Amino acid sequence: MVIYLARRLTWAVAVLLAVTALTFAIFYLLPPGDPALRFVGKQPTPENLALVRHNLGLDHPWYVQYGKFVKSIVVGDKYGWPGLGYSYDSSVPIRDKIVEKAPRTFSLIVGASIIWLSMGVLIGVISAIKRRTIFDRIAMGFALFGISAPVFWLGLMALFIFWYKLDLTAGTGYTSFTTSPQEWASHLILPWIVLALLYAAIYARMVRGNLLDTMGEDFIRTARAKGLSERNVIFRHGLRASLAPIVTMFGLDIALLVGGAVITESVFNLDGLGFMAIDSVFRQDLPGVLGVVLVGTFAVVIMNLLVDIAYAFLDPRVRYA
Amino acid sequence: MSGELLLDVRDLAVQFPTADGIVNAVSGLSFTLSRGETLGIVGESGSGKSVTNLAILGLLNSKRSLITGEILLHGKDLLKATPVELRDVRGKDVAMIFQDPFACLHPMYRVGDQIAEAVRAHLDVSKAKARDRAVEVLDAVGIPNARARSRDYPHQFSGGMRQRAMIAMALVHNPSVLIADEPTTALDVTVQAQILELIDKVKRDFDIGVILITHDLGVVAETAQTVMVMYAGRAVEHGPAAGVFDNPQHPYTWGLLESMPSVQGKVTHLRAIEGLPPSVIHLPPGCPFHPRCPHRFDPCDKIRPPLAAMEGGHSDACHLDPDAKRRLWAEREAVRLGLGA
Repeated sequence: MVIYLARRLTWAVAVLLAVTALTFAIFYLLPPGDPALRFVGKQPTPENLALVRHNLGLDHPWYVQYGKFVKSIVVGDKYGWPGLGYSYDSSVPIRDKIVEKAPRTFSLIVGASIIWLSMGVLIGVISAIKRRTIFDRIAMGFALFGISAPVFWLGLMALFIFWYKLDLTAGTGYTSFTTSPQEWASHLILPWIVLALLYAAIYARMVRGNLLDTMGEDFIRTARAKGLSERNVIFRHGLRASLAPIVTMFGLDIALLVGGAVITESVFNLDGLGFMAIDSVFRQDLPGVLGVVLVGTFAVVIMNLLVDIAYAFLDPRVRYA
Repeated sequence: MSGELLLDVRDLAVQFPTADGIVNAVSGLSFTLSRGETLGIVGESGSGKSVTNLAILGLLNSKRSLITGEILLHGKDLLKATPVELRDVRGKDVAMIFQDPFACLHPMYRVGDQIAEAVRAHLDVSKAKARDRAVEVLDAVGIPNARARSRDYPHQFSGGMRQRAMIAMALVHNPSVLIADEPTTALDVTVQAQILELIDKVKRDFDIGVILITHDLGVVAETAQTVMVMYAGRAVEHGPAAGVFDNPQHPYTWGLLESMPSVQGKVTHLRAIEGLPPSVIHLPPGCPFHPRCPHRFDPCDKIRPPLAAMEGGHSDACHLDPDAKRRLWAEREAVRLGLGA
């Protein structure tokens, strides 16, 4: 297990390097414009342009810039560890920006994932047990709606009804948990539900399908032949065997949302990591993009590792060496 | 006590209504099972042998099947039992082992825990006590080092050991009936013999009745006292094993015997039964076997022959008269053993 973990962590570092290098390359090989030109002012003199270029480090070849970038991550820079440089645009250290925005995104993901996992599993299980009944049909209809309804539309509708018309929740924006837990939840409840709805729908369909498959297995017949109650047959034997793929999907979905909940973050003005990534791209703010890419990739790598470890506990046939 | 009547199935019929019509999986089936007896039920796939036993255990979906007749266990009709009463019978008084031991154990629980779960399904004991019982039965079915092996997962067991574990699980409550549904089909030949021997030993040691379902007459010949041959959901021949093997009456049984190789090497012709089993939705009129029967004559496609008793508790369902049967089987035997042709 230790050897396995060491090998996986080595790989993780390689993946992080590869992804940042690729992001770097994209910015240099597909140049949409000179970043220095944006920040130098309305009527730049060649001297000013050269100066800005020098200050941003853009006068070095890309591999030198990349080397500096990697070096400052490893040893830190003047803003602390890990050093991620500062924004071309606002001169704010990227590290500070990420520290500020990460709690917003994590708050969104944690709440939404709890809702979608419990809803998805619950609806999926009941649907499978009550297969072909009216409940099953309604639940699967809801799932179809959840999968098809676009998040931006759903988000705006939710805001319109529950905030603007009914005034039940706080509107867009974000209040930190430490400032006021009630405000925090009140701001987040709509984005949680809107984001969770899509995933809950997918999970419900998957749990239902997996459970129905599992209930046809021979070991389920064995469980019944033992004289177990139907509840035990379904939950101890059926659900247990059908949850492993759900765990895999859950880990990856969470990881992808770290930098990818762009639409939800935009509609509800949460200003999290996903929004920062998009915003940085539009502003050609390479350090900002790299910062989010780094955090996102790190999340994927870590969640993958956690999923693998969880798998070894869930399924005794899986053993790592 | 040996000889005590355990199971008395009377005129059992199982139907499954489907979109294509009613499937007559089992019709007019009657048999008994006593303590110390092994009943071999033989037939091709789809002949209704597994359905019969799932019906005994109450494992058929009641919404999708129509079961009539009587299944008397110790004189009590299981078909009139409530689901809770049935659950109390399952695994306690009637236990079952299945064809594929690779798929029948839950892959994510330890073997000992799965057996302990069977203990606790009917007995309010601590987990530790249930595990002790699991080790005891694993030891009884010949798992070496049972306490340590009980902590293994199914994938750490070989096929034969898994089937032993299934048998152990079936034995935890000292049932009176053990149903073994093709218990050796998925196993290596050498292991098959061991498992059959084990089932026989278990039957003697625990003094229980065994229903052995198989499509392999050889398996039945080794262990069964009574044989029932099924075709298209009905018994076509039923009687003591000696009678059925030495003096087979039904052309379908003849076909089964002829398709069985013999170790003695006497058999020169291995013959398959021509044609396919009939659709259980559209059974042919008259005798269900007549389209495949080389000896069919006038009434066979019009009147279904009843299961008629002969001497010695041996009965069969065929229109041929006893003399004709004796002559025809003698001729076929001669061909089979390479004497006549």
